[in-house]
Amino acid sequence: MATISGNLLYIAFFLYLGATIAFTVSITGKKWRNKQGEVSGNRWGTFGFLFSILGSLFSIGYFVTRWMHSGHAPVSNMFEYMTFLGIAIGFAFVIIYAIYRLDYLGLFTMPIVMLVIAYASMFPGEVAPLIPALQSHWLTIHVITVALGQGILSIGMAAGLIYLIRTLDFTKANKQTRALEFVMYCLLSLVGFIVIGSAFDAMDYEAKFTFINENGLEAEMNYTLPPLVGPNEGQLLTEGVIAPFFNAPALIVANDLNTVIWSMLTGLALYWVLRLVLRKRIGGAIQPILKGVSPQAVDEVSYRAIAIGFPVFALGGLVFAMIWAQIAWTRFWGWDPKEVWALITFLFYAAYLHLRLSKGWQGEKSAWLCVIGFGIIIFNLVFVNLVIAGLHSYAL
Amino acid sequence: MKQKRLIVRSSILVVIGIALAYTFYANFIADHSVAQAGDYSINFVLNDLEGERIELEGMKGKGVFLNFWGTYCPPCVKEMPIMEELYTEYKDQGVEIVAINANETELQVENFANRLGLTFPIAIDKGRNVIDAYGIKPLPTTILIDEHGVIVRVFSGGMTEQMVRDFMEEIKPGT
Amino acid sequence: MSKFTCECGHKNPRGTFVCESCGKPVEGNEQKEQLLDMKYEGVARRSQTYTTTFIDKIWMFFSSVKVGIWIIVVTLVASAIGTIYPQEMYIPPTVNPANHYADEYGLMGQLYYQLGFHNLYSSWWYMLLIAALGVSIFIASVDRFFPLYRALKTQRVTRHENFLKRQRVYGTSAVDDIDRSFDLAKEKLKEKKYNISEENGNIVAEKGRFARWGPYINHIGLIIFLIGCMLRYFPGMYVDEHMWIREGETTVVPSTGGKYHVGNEEFLIELYDEDDEVFKEAMQRAGGPVVKTYQTDAVLYEREDTGAVGSEGELIEVDRKKIRVNDPMKFDSFALYQVDYKLHELNTMSFTLENKETSETFGRVDIDLFNPRSVYDLGNGYRIEIREYFPDYFMNSSNIPTTRSQIPDNPVFIFEMYTPETPEGEVSFVGIRTNLEPVGENNYKMTFVDVETKHVTALIVRKDHTLPFLIIGGIIFMIGLVQGSYWAHRRIWLQRIDGKVWVAGHTNKNYLALRKDIEFAIADTGISTPIDQVEEEEITKDKNN
Repeated sequence: MATISGNLLYIAFFLYLGATIAFTVSITGKKWRNKQGEVSGNRWGTFGFLFSILGSLFSIGYFVTRWMHSGHAPVSNMFEYMTFLGIAIGFAFVIIYAIYRLDYLGLFTMPIVMLVIAYASMFPGEVAPLIPALQSHWLTIHVITVALGQGILSIGMAAGLIYLIRTLDFTKANKQTRALEFVMYCLLSLVGFIVIGSAFDAMDYEAKFTFINENGLEAEMNYTLPPLVGPNEGQLLTEGVIAPFFNAPALIVANDLNTVIWSMLTGLALYWVLRLVLRKRIGGAIQPILKGVSPQAVDEVSYRAIAIGFPVFALGGLVFAMIWAQIAWTRFWGWDPKEVWALITFLFYAAYLHLRLSKGWQGEKSAWLCVIGFGIIIFNLVFVNLVIAGLHSYAL
Repeated sequence: MKQKRLIVRSSILVVIGIALAYTFYANFIADHSVAQAGDYSINFVLNDLEGERIELEGMKGKGVFLNFWGTYCPPCVKEMPIMEELYTEYKDQGVEIVAINANETELQVENFANRLGLTFPIAIDKGRNVIDAYGIKPLPTTILIDEHGVIVRVFSGGMTEQMVRDFMEEIKPGT
Repeated sequence: MSKFTCECGHKNPRGTFVCESCGKPVEGNEQKEQLLDMKYEGVARRSQTYTTTFIDKIWMFFSSVKVGIWIIVVTLVASAIGTIYPQEMYIPPTVNPANHYADEYGLMGQLYYQLGFHNLYSSWWYMLLIAALGVSIFIASVDRFFPLYRALKTQRVTRHENFLKRQRVYGTSAVDDIDRSFDLAKEKLKEKKYNISEENGNIVAEKGRFARWGPYINHIGLIIFLIGCMLRYFPGMYVDEHMWIREGETTVVPSTGGKYHVGNEEFLIELYDEDDEVFKEAMQRAGGPVVKTYQTDAVLYEREDTGAVGSEGELIEVDRKKIRVNDPMKFDSFALYQVDYKLHELNTMSFTLENKETSETFGRVDIDLFNPRSVYDLGNGYRIEIREYFPDYFMNSSNIPTTRSQIPDNPVFIFEMYTPETPEGEVSFVGIRTNLEPVGENNYKMTFVDVETKHVTALIVRKDHTLPFLIIGGIIFMIGLVQGSYWAHRRIWLQRIDGKVWVAGHTNKNYLALRKDIEFAIADTGISTPIDQVEEEEITKDKNN
């Protein structure tokens, strides 16, 4: 069952890739079709839509089979949650595409789905047993609703990004273009993390250290990437690997820091190569593809996505979360970091809606807010889980 | 019309203001302890080390110096000899001491009382019923009850001889 | 209230931008070319109109959405700061917070502590922020709801030309037979579930007006929720107590006035099987056993009312339940939650008296660490007396042996051993892995034989009378949110002006869908599709670039 489940996820991943390609062709292939004068412009978009629906179906297959195998809904650790978030973004896309038929949205959303699923695969994927606090139907209800909400909000980000790339003037170097390039760089760093992590994983790379931990005790630490930064007073045990340039203080988890540095460096390399090849800003390079987009239409899509996603997120991330917390932890709210960040996400989107409705923040300002909102969601998922440990930190 | 608007707005703001002020008062300023000066004391029954039945109600007409303590609490240990000394002095003036131990073993408490030669009644609060009823948090805590059974003072922390004497004076009947 | 009369005859409150009835923009707004600002239907928000007194100024402050957004943003940032380092409630309870933050997080940590961020969420200023948010939500809603309600109620079918022209979706066209076109459009609009109103041959089709109330309903929900949060601080509303119970023990349930007692008959803990086929790999990675479940076999007793707390009064069993995480025991308005446990707490220690020379042993004493006897007679003239007992032994600063608490985590005894051989008694000092002879060499010693342990369970006692407020508030909030988010208020005006058909449309969101509805409605009527003036402008701008 475990293998079937894994294979279904693989298939879904490739279907999302197929969808990405189909949407790309539907947009960039226009000229070619015009010369032939036969093929209707919408057909490739429809293929892309079909691929994304199939991808969602196979994802459900993965989800159901893994659930049957483990006996609990597969949303209980980083791998499972991230994967499900990817799937949820895919679902959300299907819903929004069904309303607006916007191929450009597929071009941006499908790669994000792939990226999130690939990122999930970097975490240990074994089926983990549930600790008593997690043994509740509310785990299923709460987490699935939150993921769906976040998935729909992510579509808002994708549309916001399309708006920005479509409308910014990339011939100028200003705050906006720099910020957008930074967003691009962040995405590339994520790609970098996946690429470099998978590469060294395929080589079975490992470097072991003994070090002095924050309690002053000797401990061991494993590196899966070549150590640029060693742990506090680290002694390298593995032979034939490079020695770290310097050691981190005890308070910092050195191998995580090392991974972050590698990701940032790889992202930088990727960004630099792209800039060399394209000879302009990445946003500026994508811009011509988006010529046919109506800015106010994507603005509306992004607002619509947020308007749909916000209640779902509020229901899952706050209401269901409070109900479950009352049952499992005796209090509906405990100011645990994860809870606080869910509240922050809620407040942020609440501010977004008020700014949009009452202060007329539409178009560019609103698009930036969508991108920042997604940043907060990802921060809550990754940083709060892995760095600010609380009750929610998943056992890895 | 204008007048009406002002009244409506003012009353809404006043209601909100009062509600918030009370909330802040209750949360940051108010004393939430169970037993407070001015309350009527809660009746309890315990057996002292000799097996004698002690009932608070039965001590009406006397001032009661109710001391909660444990052998593991240094300030409690320190004030015991002071209480013993003043006990003999104030017993005839109608002040009774009851020392309630926080659920320790009889062996420890008896050893302790013998070692210090304590003569006032000591009772072990098995199951911490009395401690819970009076909402005792830190040890030592002393509750002073007058001859009518009304709590006149709740004091947490160690006491000096002068303080014990003042407290005894406070609950001496007929003052 | 001073009013002014529009040319259509309707009396509008001072401060109105757009006539409540016919939609004619008020003088000063009239000649501008831009689209009308349609939020709140252009009604007069009273707070901004009258700002004479101090009360009015406060009212205006909280009524402002701008202020509301600022409160949200400040709350957001403050909340985020609170997660930089753990809050005081999440640091180990034994450490001193004053040192902990400095030791763990250096200078920044110390600053964090000194600024009071270690207790940020219960600080007065954070609570004030939340309170300000509540007041802002309330006043801003009151201030907008009533005028908006009146404006939507008094709106007329026939609108002023200027109003139509300055809607985002707008168009005019010449049609042969206006009556026929309008009849067709009416049918189509009814199909789309629009409500049609007519006046002098003009039409307004409207749907989803109730979506406009969504924000106000969700704000009511939020207010009820916040009132619930506020009530927690009122006496008698909320109980949060912690209790430890040993197996076999019965303890009073705190905050029930001595009425309820709970006994722990057995504490059970179950681990996942390390060879479990499904979870094997994950457990190997975790590197230790994983707890599957833990539970307390709890018995609830009610104490007979004797008019006094303490040792008297029969305990009558009223309920029993296996309390687990996610499955609390409920009674009255209380709930008992399983939260923690301590395994293998020392309960009984057994010793034997041994002759050091011959290694001959005499009898056995089983000492109940929670109720040791002072004398254990072993017969034949052998006798053990306990001179001192320290459940949690330590040497205090003045070098006197003493105990830290009443929990036997490190029990130490001072024994006196009496035998026919040593009738004066010998003294020994015995603890875990210690056996000293403080007053000279002994012939006998107390030899450790056995130990019995018991598990201790930790329960939380909870009473929360604020929950009904939170539940009702939460439900109303969600209803309002869905109502406001998943429905849109759409209006389509079809008017005959100078023999031509004027079409205009307005919606509070989702213009694409509104335009689709209009296209559907006018499909066979000969009326030409109105344009989206925002989109039009965009296209022109693009062309110019």
